[in-house]
Amino acid sequence: MQFGIMSVSDITRDPVSGYTPSEAERIDAIVKIAVHAEEVGLDVFAVGEHHNPPFFSSSPTTLLSHIGALTERLVLTTSTTLITTNDPVRLAEEYAMLQHLTKGRMDLMLGRGNTAPVYPWFGQDIRQGLPLALENYNLLHRLWREDVVDFEGQFRTALQGFTSTPRPLDDVPPFVWHGSIRTPEIAEQAAFYGNGYFANNIFWPKEHYKRLIRFYRQRFEHYGHGTQKQAVVGLGGQAFIAKNSQDAHDQFRPYFNEAPVYGHGPTMEDFEEMTPLSVGSPQEVIDKTLTFREAFGDYQRQLFLVDHAGLPLKMVLEQLDLMGEHVVPVLREELDKLRDPESPSNPPSHADLVHAKYGDAEPRQPRPNANRGDNVTGGSPYQDSESTVGSYPTL
Amino acid sequence: MTDFRLVVVSAGVSDPSSTRLLADRATQRVTALARERGHAVTVTTIDLRELLQELPAALSSQLLGPRFTRAVDALVAADAVVAAAPVYKAGASGLFTSFFQVLDNDLLIGKPVILAATAGTARHALVVDEEMRALFAYLRALPVPTSLFASTEDWTDTALGTRIDRAARELVLLMESGFARAVRDDAWGAYQHTYGSGGGTELDIDLSSDMMRLATGGSLRDPEDDPFDPRKA
Repeated sequence: MQFGIMSVSDITRDPVSGYTPSEAERIDAIVKIAVHAEEVGLDVFAVGEHHNPPFFSSSPTTLLSHIGALTERLVLTTSTTLITTNDPVRLAEEYAMLQHLTKGRMDLMLGRGNTAPVYPWFGQDIRQGLPLALENYNLLHRLWREDVVDFEGQFRTALQGFTSTPRPLDDVPPFVWHGSIRTPEIAEQAAFYGNGYFANNIFWPKEHYKRLIRFYRQRFEHYGHGTQKQAVVGLGGQAFIAKNSQDAHDQFRPYFNEAPVYGHGPTMEDFEEMTPLSVGSPQEVIDKTLTFREAFGDYQRQLFLVDHAGLPLKMVLEQLDLMGEHVVPVLREELDKLRDPESPSNPPSHADLVHAKYGDAEPRQPRPNANRGDNVTGGSPYQDSESTVGSYPTL
Repeated sequence: MTDFRLVVVSAGVSDPSSTRLLADRATQRVTALARERGHAVTVTTIDLRELLQELPAALSSQLLGPRFTRAVDALVAADAVVAAAPVYKAGASGLFTSFFQVLDNDLLIGKPVILAATAGTARHALVVDEEMRALFAYLRALPVPTSLFASTEDWTDTALGTRIDRAARELVLLMESGFARAVRDDAWGAYQHTYGSGGGTELDIDLSSDMMRLATGGSLRDPEDDPFDPRKA
């Protein structure tokens, strides 16, 4: 079972001190947070993607490759990568590059983005958000699996004989999660391709994604990728931990009350009651997190939101200490004990995917043919590519 | 004989409240008329005042507390609705409007509704028809032709009783017609729904839609002309 943290990348005024970090300070902080996540024994670091203030994470692969260079074990991922406003060609290139630099210690999660004004900044229209997400992923999927792609769709210019470079590490594409809490089409796409399905699990009503996770599991089995229990499910969550419940509530309340999205709305107690937020002692956080498994079945990845709403770096690092020392080891043990033997305890790693593709054979290492001088490599860009055009004998 | 479920939504905030009183008078007439015509009526009353504490979470975060959830469940099952609001500052009260703004768009499609409002002055008389009727048109509910409005002087006027009687009769006839159920049975798909809407009842997943074809590696093009459509393989 993997445990980690996910950052929205918001730069929010600390409501207690009144201090708003600069972009530079917050970017330095997120690197420290990610590195510390590995130090306390967490497995995953995820960052979101946004293109407007007050967020800093417009270029997740740049950030993640830097963190990759500073860490050794941590799996780097996104929460989420925008599959709508990004060109799938650029996604294929950037994430394949990240995969090489981190030696496969990464995956990515795709989401649509729900801020209407962002879409036209990238030449898109939110009213087409769903078909855009679906079509873009269909293309991304092919770009990582076919050396040469011909493509014609509704949303981007057609591709003729296009090769996305670099080819994925060991010619094995990164593992992909599809994030959604209310769109059956996204669950269906995840199931169709045998990819992972992630529910952010921050806001209710959980009934929606409870049903969608069940639907995803059924469809995963339907498409022959394995049994329902073998489907790969990830969940978000939100926690604030202190030695005892009262301290946790006192410390977190000012941040909760002014948090973006839900601040100035429900009381923290109501929010704890109605959503997966847990504020309390390690044991309380453990107990609440264990209820996720009861609701959604055995799952493979748990990501917590810990660095939002203006929480200062020092408090976030303390949260990671508490999580790493008192919460995650217990959850790991409990969840693995409860786990159905049929259900995998981790999502597939790069090594798992390499093994699934090649068994014990050597992975493919694409070596390009010489540049013919026209910057276009044609039907067989690599020495071992299967040619898509007939080859003719030469004298 | 049919057993009708009538849900009364009252946004009166005092106790006793003249808004609740108007809603109750309409409800009594509906019940009596239905009974005369051989039907039974089960009445559920939602006093919006009791939902006030859950309103901030519902408005800001779409989080429905237990009372809100019970109210939605009652409305999902309703055959007809009596909706009554006090008028403040030339509009239906914020509590009333907020409640209906939080509900799913498709929750009340085709359901007959008696609209009722109370006010301290007759100058507010058109709020029911000019504002509340528009709200219910957006929700695609079916307000009865007769609107109820009572300002201070109406409470002593027998004409109010006549209008209540007329509105109640209209509601009973619309319930009897089975219009809401027929819409649901015959034409439900013609209205826009999102997954989980209709108060959590809208759960059908159409696997043969264009979007599902796209989700499974196909394209938006006609599958006939699409050589890559995986369903052809």
